[in-house]
Amino acid sequence: MANKNVLGLFDNADTAADATDGLMEVGVNQEDFDVLTGSPYPEGAFGEKTPVHHIYVFPLIGALMGLSVAFLLTSGTQIAYPIVTGGKPILSFPAMTIISYEGTLLGAVIFTILGIIFESRLPRARLDPYDPRITEGYIGLLVTCPEERLDAVDQALRRGKAVDVIHEGGRSFRA
Amino acid sequence: MQERVKLTDAQINKDLLRSMEENPLWYWLLVGALGLAVLVAFAAVAYMFNRGLGVTGLNRPVMWGFFITNFVFWIGISHAGVMLSAILRLVQAEWRRPATRAAEVLTVFSLMTAMTMPLIHAGRPWRVMYWVFPLDWARGVYPNVRSALVWDPSAVFTYLTSSILFVFIALIPDIAVARDRTTGWKHVLYSVLALGWRGSVRQWKLQLIAGILLSAVILPIFVSVHSIVSWDFAAAVSVEGWHSTVFAPYFVIGAVHSGVSAVVTVMIILRSMFKWQDYIRLEHLDALAKLLIVVATTWFFFFVLEFLFGLYSLEGPEIRLREMQVFEMPWAAFFVAFLVCSYFIPVPMWLFRSVRRSIPLMIFTTVLVNVGMWLERFIIIVPGLARKQGLTFTWGGYTPSAVEIIIVFATFCMVSMLVLLFAKVFPLIPIGDAKEGVVLEDEIKIGKVKVPAIMRED
Repeated sequence: MANKNVLGLFDNADTAADATDGLMEVGVNQEDFDVLTGSPYPEGAFGEKTPVHHIYVFPLIGALMGLSVAFLLTSGTQIAYPIVTGGKPILSFPAMTIISYEGTLLGAVIFTILGIIFESRLPRARLDPYDPRITEGYIGLLVTCPEERLDAVDQALRRGKAVDVIHEGGRSFRA
Repeated sequence: MQERVKLTDAQINKDLLRSMEENPLWYWLLVGALGLAVLVAFAAVAYMFNRGLGVTGLNRPVMWGFFITNFVFWIGISHAGVMLSAILRLVQAEWRRPATRAAEVLTVFSLMTAMTMPLIHAGRPWRVMYWVFPLDWARGVYPNVRSALVWDPSAVFTYLTSSILFVFIALIPDIAVARDRTTGWKHVLYSVLALGWRGSVRQWKLQLIAGILLSAVILPIFVSVHSIVSWDFAAAVSVEGWHSTVFAPYFVIGAVHSGVSAVVTVMIILRSMFKWQDYIRLEHLDALAKLLIVVATTWFFFFVLEFLFGLYSLEGPEIRLREMQVFEMPWAAFFVAFLVCSYFIPVPMWLFRSVRRSIPLMIFTTVLVNVGMWLERFIIIVPGLARKQGLTFTWGGYTPSAVEIIIVFATFCMVSMLVLLFAKVFPLIPIGDAKEGVVLEDEIKIGKVKVPAIMRED
């Protein structure tokens, strides 16, 4: 049976953190819920799983690509239009180093940005289930569970003093 | 003691989105007036392109004047931004929160403005493309990568691209706030720009890493950009006063001095315009002024070094140039004005707490710094070219024409207008950052006093 999402909305962080205990009691694992907030909270504040990411690989790949492109562009330019100046070699490495440095960092920045977007699982076409009150300070507990356990999760969220429980495909918020 | 006010998320949203949600008449009048000045400058540029560079005051041997001075000045201002934002993020300075976005936005707009200057100065800007990019395949014209004038666009382009991306990534959570509070076409626009941001644990974690990681990558770019701008001059062996090995750090620290001062000016203006007294507090200005004392003094040290190295060489032309800068009018007047404005008035004033926490005095001193720093660039660039040399038979001085004055004045209007327009579309103080500050702060009792405490994660 397909998994469904359900969002419990809490008006303060302490209640939301307590509600996660109730979710565990009905068999929801750490991997099965996420916390949606309007501002960053200290890691582990809601007992959620620490996300694993590989963001640090992206700038390294970008830097290597940027360096390669800049090196090829500068050396290719000089080889394609060779001007001998003062009997010096055609390829001027000090000058190439400067442009290659910029290329390396530009590649690192562009790939970091792409990495952050990719690792943040963005862009996302639909937010469902979501509630704009999250950016007003409410805390959302987003639970993913099999359809047959939706009622149990709904009840657990309500017992945890959720001010609202929103089901996927129910009252939705279109991005 | 810090003057914090405990604010709710809803209140923070309301306050920081005020610039986007309210439409006061003064705002549009101001934007209109600035826009008019920019339009006049467009007309002046068009006139110059049509008639040629003869309508400027440029004449042999002074072929770099107001436009290049202004280019270096705006590149300098742009350094505030990301430097301030990046260093404060890296060291997790708590007082960074209201300053970072304004600093980053100022970086982007001043860089854009700076880039227009050499294009305008070229007189035929479309031709610039051929010496910057390998585009003219048919005629076999390629950029000369050995020229500092090719290094420069590569550095500025890298810095501009990085700064725009940096601003965008940091804006995503705030765009989501705007998305949640708008309807109609604005909602659609913000929804697209927010990329489907929900504020999950993963997204916030990566947002925090992004700030630090991008800061770490952008800082080396920031250092390289003004170094390379300085090499536009230092790599030229033929002009006394330019060919100096200390130029790169001297330019970089000068850029930080003028840039951080500009950020303070902008922050004070925004605070007054949008009633952000609870966010841009006097303690923030106090901290920035203390930072400026250190930066200004370091800059002054490099200025003395640069001047002394010039004299220490005991080369006739170099010493003649220094004499001209210090004793001959009008250069002497500019020289004294630049030193007084950029160091001898503001720095002693910033030593006093009452000045650091005074809005009018901080505006006065930071604007003064930038008047001085503009003159500094002028004093570096023009006298070196204007000095009489042997075997120079065509001789003209340099007096800026009305066209140049109009264009340079309009660049200030353009940056101001762009910052104001940005404030109409996006929040100029990071909302997520402001809220995080509230989440992490608390008060602890020590003895008989309560002091603010900030929790910090590794």
